[in-house]
Amino acid sequence: MADEDAARPRAHHDLGGVAQYLCEPVDISGHSLSEFDREVDALRQVLGQKGIMTVDELRRGIEAIPEADYLRLGYYQRWLRSITAILLEKKIVAEADLAAALAAEQ
Amino acid sequence: MNLSGLENERLLAALRGVLAAKNLVSAAEIAERIAITDQASPAQGAAMVARAWTDAGFRARLLACGTRAAEEFGIMMRGAPPLGVLENVPGLHHLVVCTLCSCYPRAVLGYPPFWYKSVAYRARAVRDPRGVLAEWGTTLPEGTRIRVVDSTADYRWMVLPLRPAGTEGWDEAALAALVREGDMVGVTLPRLP
Amino acid sequence: MSEFAPGTRVRVRLDWPELRGPVHIRTPHYVRGREGTVLRPLGRFANPEDLAFARPAAVLPLYHVRFEQRALWPEVVAADEVVVEIFGPWLEAA
Repeated sequence: MADEDAARPRAHHDLGGVAQYLCEPVDISGHSLSEFDREVDALRQVLGQKGIMTVDELRRGIEAIPEADYLRLGYYQRWLRSITAILLEKKIVAEADLAAALAAEQ
Repeated sequence: MNLSGLENERLLAALRGVLAAKNLVSAAEIAERIAITDQASPAQGAAMVARAWTDAGFRARLLACGTRAAEEFGIMMRGAPPLGVLENVPGLHHLVVCTLCSCYPRAVLGYPPFWYKSVAYRARAVRDPRGVLAEWGTTLPEGTRIRVVDSTADYRWMVLPLRPAGTEGWDEAALAALVREGDMVGVTLPRLP
Repeated sequence: MSEFAPGTRVRVRLDWPELRGPVHIRTPHYVRGREGTVLRPLGRFANPEDLAFARPAAVLPLYHVRFEQRALWPEVVAADEVVVEIFGPWLEAA
């Protein structure tokens, strides 16, 4: 939480009208998606279609990322953190299995 | 497990590996989904806009139910959120934003553009819409009110822009070629080349 | 919970569930406590505040509510508007 007005304790993803960004220019240049971006996007869709996790859970997981990381991470990097956290929370993925897979990818 | 500091490609590969090993999500399913998602593009929305400019019946159907009108174009809307269409008229201009995340009419416009997802766009559109339009060099006719639509829930919103002057007699394909992504979000206006 | 007809003046509840624990809220901070006008009902949808936690979700009426920008931000002088999708339980008659 961070706000110009402590009486309006918004969550950090709740960005509408937030004073600290009003002078920030919009980067209107085109950016193409990377293969990483497309894969994360598709993974989320497949998980949704299979009823494994909803888009609402995805959003909750994104909102749970601490503000500094939320602002630092790229768009699909946030998605991947959220997907992973939700699947761990729901015990669809076991932490030990993920740790082993991460070690194998090193 | 602290996920924030992990390297992205490595985390994705590890997660995909675990999901594949558990027979939850295969590489083929992800590849198929990417191929389907890549097919959606602003050209679909542009074709719908051009039809609405030339066919009053379609225009009425589009404004009444965007989902059904998109299906008329063969766009797969099953499983997609309902599509609402915002009609620009002289004196009223629509601008779409999602201040909470990045809700976007993907079925008819494709992946959201980078700027749509940016902190600056999400923060400023609801408070300084004229300043945001100026980033694109867009100025509205005198006396035009802006209606910013914050896409916060189940609908996805697409703007039906005004047909530009000087296009009388143009056919649908030529009109569709004029319509760009930003015109259907409301940051730009269709203009002659 | 009452249903709201187009043209009804409504106030968004001034509530901050964010202060009470983990939540997922789709009512933006900048409209809370503000008055607006119902443009039209948009249908009924499952409550995202529950879907986000994989809880059984009530189906709630959703409204398009219009706010004058001048009522939201102190510096705005233009007669522009913001329209927001808001679920029924967040609204009360103004």
